[in-house]
Amino acid sequence: MLNFPIYLDHNATTPCDPRVVDAMIPYFTNNFGNAASRNHPFGWQAEEAVDYAREQVAKLIGADPKEIIFTSGATEADNLALKGVFEMYASKGNHIITCNIEHKAVLDTCKHIEKEGGEVTYLKVKDNGLVDLAELEAAIKPNTILIALMYANNEIGTVMPMKEISAIAKKHGVLVFSDAVQAVGKIPVDVNKDGIDLMAFTAHKMYGPKGVGALYVRRKNPRVKVTAQLDGGGHERGMRSGTLNVPGIVGFGKACEICMNEMEEETARVSKLRDKLQTELLKVEESYLNGDKEHKLPHVTNISFKHVEGEGLLMGFNKNIALSSGSACTSASLEPSYVLKALGLGDDLAHSSLRFGLGRFTTEEQIDYTVEQVTNTVNKLREMSPLWEMYKEGIDLDTIEWAHH
Amino acid sequence: MAYSEKVIDHYQNPKNVGTLDKSKASVGTGLVGAPECGDVMRLQIEVDEATGLIKDAKFKTFGCGSAIASSSLATEWLKGKSIDEAITIDNMTIVEELNLPPVKIHCSVLAEDAIKAAINDYRQKNGMEALKFEESVVH
Repeated sequence: MLNFPIYLDHNATTPCDPRVVDAMIPYFTNNFGNAASRNHPFGWQAEEAVDYAREQVAKLIGADPKEIIFTSGATEADNLALKGVFEMYASKGNHIITCNIEHKAVLDTCKHIEKEGGEVTYLKVKDNGLVDLAELEAAIKPNTILIALMYANNEIGTVMPMKEISAIAKKHGVLVFSDAVQAVGKIPVDVNKDGIDLMAFTAHKMYGPKGVGALYVRRKNPRVKVTAQLDGGGHERGMRSGTLNVPGIVGFGKACEICMNEMEEETARVSKLRDKLQTELLKVEESYLNGDKEHKLPHVTNISFKHVEGEGLLMGFNKNIALSSGSACTSASLEPSYVLKALGLGDDLAHSSLRFGLGRFTTEEQIDYTVEQVTNTVNKLREMSPLWEMYKEGIDLDTIEWAHH
Repeated sequence: MAYSEKVIDHYQNPKNVGTLDKSKASVGTGLVGAPECGDVMRLQIEVDEATGLIKDAKFKTFGCGSAIASSSLATEWLKGKSIDEAITIDNMTIVEELNLPPVKIHCSVLAEDAIKAAINDYRQKNGMEALKFEESVVH
């Protein structure tokens, strides 16, 4: 039986796995100690729990536990990595290379760094959503200190070639930072094999709680340092002051452990469902897949349905199916998704997109229902779309002089 | 953001979706908006030559639920009105009727623009001058 609403927005956030919640509960009540309290059992217990979680988190990404800095989430980790490197390596240079489909937590931090005297190159991705490696290498200059590229994109699910990217960086002695929020826990990520020096990720995208994340900071080959962005008690080896969120960290650890143990099985199951959804929806006339077909996360797909508007489309079923759209009819600017526009999509296609993010608890029945609902709504809206009528009459929409707002 | 019941009703059961024969002199067509902005409305009226009243109105809209509801409501209001009465339909009346939130006011503006464009198309086809309207405030 189908229970409504169906959740297919796992790129936004995921539900906590009940096993994660079970692990966290004691740390709210009985084991409430401050992990920095060195002189009594409450503190020792909390510290022990944090140490254990740090190992669980480190193991998932092939790191040493000492290389994990707990933060309030990925936005903070992104800020700490970018600003921390910019300040720490100021004597070496001030140039950072990133790309135009990064998350706002990276893009806006880079804008901030530019105001502080930094120089930032925003590489334009190719129309499949991936960075051109030759362009990346060409952008490196003597004053380049950091390459900041996301592991996987949150809107289209494309996965960047991190190994190739880091090989280029190593050749030029430049550090690599990756916002890996969408990738960690979903696909194998190994900071050593991937050659990553700093990496941001967060618990709530992998069935852990909100409000806790981590920054991986490499300690060997090379030893990387970041300037702290919060002043205080010197927690997390001085890189991130602030009392540790013990229950959150415990939950994060448990979430990492579950992802590690179940990733293979889960990927096989979810990617099969995603492929079914994608194949069925691409059978709809004038529907287009956004982003690279091959290099993508197993649980994500992003499809545009030409001549229907995304928000109008969502309204057809959003009581029963939770999805998001690249359209931004609610925002004051009316600008559609900058990620889709960066792929070279026309505004019409960018306005017509839906993002599907499947997850651990998604069932085949939910996918079948979603295919049916989306297809029916697209057909219904096309019946009332003037653009669809013109398209069917063979009118080239580009030849019409639209009254632009 | 939750939609008002009236918007949902128009979205689920839109009134007067369709196409009138734009080659007829009695039919006026207004096409406003742009695909890049995420909404395009086409609104058509057919005027009864004997009575001068709007005897039919149809729309097709590419856009969000509020845009669809605004145009659906506009066609309902147009039917049975004279051209002079139709001109007075104000976007804020649509906003009030549908309880549109501020971010959706542009949908009602678009519907008002579509009405005016359809009326001017009808006037010009029938040897009358196009009426000049104040530039609508576009959001």
